[in-house]
Amino acid sequence: MEYFFQQVINGLTLGAIYGLIALGYTMVYGIIGMINFAHGEIYMLGAFISLVAFLVFSSISGGSVALALLAALLVTMVFTALWGWVVERMAYRPLRGAPRLAPLISAIGVSILLQNFVQIAQGARVKPLPPVIQGGVTLDLGAAFSLSISWLQIVIFVLTLTLMAGFTWMIARTSLGRAQRATEQDMKMAALLGVNVDRVVSATFVIGAALAGVAGMMVTLYYGVIDFYIGFLAGIKAFTAAVLGGIGSLPGAMLGGLLIGLTESLWSAYFSIQYKDVATFAILVGVLLFRPSGLLGRPDVEKV
Amino acid sequence: MRPPPLLEVDGLTMRFGGLSAVSDLSFSAGQGEITAVIGPNGAGKTTLFNCITGFYRPQVGRLSLHHPDGAALRLERMADHVIARKARVARTFQNIRLFPKMSVLENLIVAQHRVLMAASVFSLAGLLGLGRYRRAERAAIDLARHWLDRTGLTAFADVEAGSLPYGHQRRLEIARAMCTRPLLLCLDEPAAGLNPRESGDLNHLLQGIRDEEKIGLLLIEHDMSVVMGISDRVVVLDHGSLIAEGSPAEVRGNPAVIRAYLGEPDEPAAVLGGEG
Repeated sequence: MEYFFQQVINGLTLGAIYGLIALGYTMVYGIIGMINFAHGEIYMLGAFISLVAFLVFSSISGGSVALALLAALLVTMVFTALWGWVVERMAYRPLRGAPRLAPLISAIGVSILLQNFVQIAQGARVKPLPPVIQGGVTLDLGAAFSLSISWLQIVIFVLTLTLMAGFTWMIARTSLGRAQRATEQDMKMAALLGVNVDRVVSATFVIGAALAGVAGMMVTLYYGVIDFYIGFLAGIKAFTAAVLGGIGSLPGAMLGGLLIGLTESLWSAYFSIQYKDVATFAILVGVLLFRPSGLLGRPDVEKV
Repeated sequence: MRPPPLLEVDGLTMRFGGLSAVSDLSFSAGQGEITAVIGPNGAGKTTLFNCITGFYRPQVGRLSLHHPDGAALRLERMADHVIARKARVARTFQNIRLFPKMSVLENLIVAQHRVLMAASVFSLAGLLGLGRYRRAERAAIDLARHWLDRTGLTAFADVEAGSLPYGHQRRLEIARAMCTRPLLLCLDEPAAGLNPRESGDLNHLLQGIRDEEKIGLLLIEHDMSVVMGISDRVVVLDHGSLIAEGSPAEVRGNPAVIRAYLGEPDEPAAVLGGEG
């Protein structure tokens, strides 16, 4: 029982990270109907930027780890947001209105480009980061039943939940959020009402990329090793999470992320750790076969 | 000197491949007037609207919108969201295009996006809850409320727009267009699918907009009771060209109009003797 709950905690931590990445997939799909396969690479860039930024800041902050982490977080969000903006501007906007396959291929191209760019710029070897946030709390819940949660897991959880809550609030209440929902439902009509649709789409990419950047930083801290290739697998898993939750649905992306994280950690715990990716992608196949609209998605009505 | 008309269409030509949907069309629509655009199906009415609102870029011709301050804006050179924002042209559609998954009130607030965005400095002030943004938001809600009252939709403010009855959706689309504070309102068959009572209400609403807001209305309509009842001027198109222009009474008796609607008669006397 103890082992089970321990794995649930690990799974939720991982799931929160997937959920953050999945938000970017689902938002972009909602607004322009394309799967941004370069999104996983933005997450990978986030991991690298955060590593570099953290090393720089910890050398100049005079020993305050918290300050260095906070500065690294901000720098990571700013730079990944910038990358998100550039990718949309260069690779997707010129293809708006082209057949659906064109931006998809462009996305794969961007993905390969970014991978190779980081491989050349940073080297192909894995980059280690010694544990930065150590220790944790142990919850004693009666005889022979205790759970340990590391501070890092708590940080990841609190940060992701805060971001998701802020993000949900932004979509529901702010002027930009309203414009995003309007653009999602009828892009042409939104433009006719004076909404600068291009800017709204840019903002969507920027926000999604910043969230992926945060996820990249969390993973760097959590696992302590990164390489130029991590974006692919994490990207596909977050995509699976978005599909599981119902692509286009924001709560769905978060729920899907948590479920994928749980699946992975429980599968590794009770079955075989080598087969955890197989389990995840079996879910993707299953959802696509039996419930393509996902858990919280609405059946897609083809827009004309 | 008389002020220039609100909208001036000059030599407009829009071709799709070899087909000219609109060819060398010139007319004007005045401020504080309802100008009806009529003509058989395929006459180019909706194409004209699509050119005015930036859906299409015409190959030839000018579309000038004269603002009261003297500025003349060339619509054919502007992107669609700029036409809405700077030129202040709003439009409704034959097949209603609301944001179905947003509430009625939100539909009206989105229409004021540009005002809110400017006040919020791209959402930053909104996120921080600054006073300027709150005031702008309150003003936006007040304007939305005004148009909800005018269109009789106040009771439905929090309902999802997509679940409104058909006639209400038509009125909401007009309310939303008015929330952009337009100078020219283009209505594409607003009376389509309305019952006679709703159609009468619509006439009142449109006349009220003309008389109180002093804006120009451009109206595509097949329902002749609406056209003859409320329009100040009528423009008749056929095969993409202007065939008649004038007051409703003048147009009604025009032989070219009758021919366009009823076809070429076997014997000329059949038309001359018949009703319009």
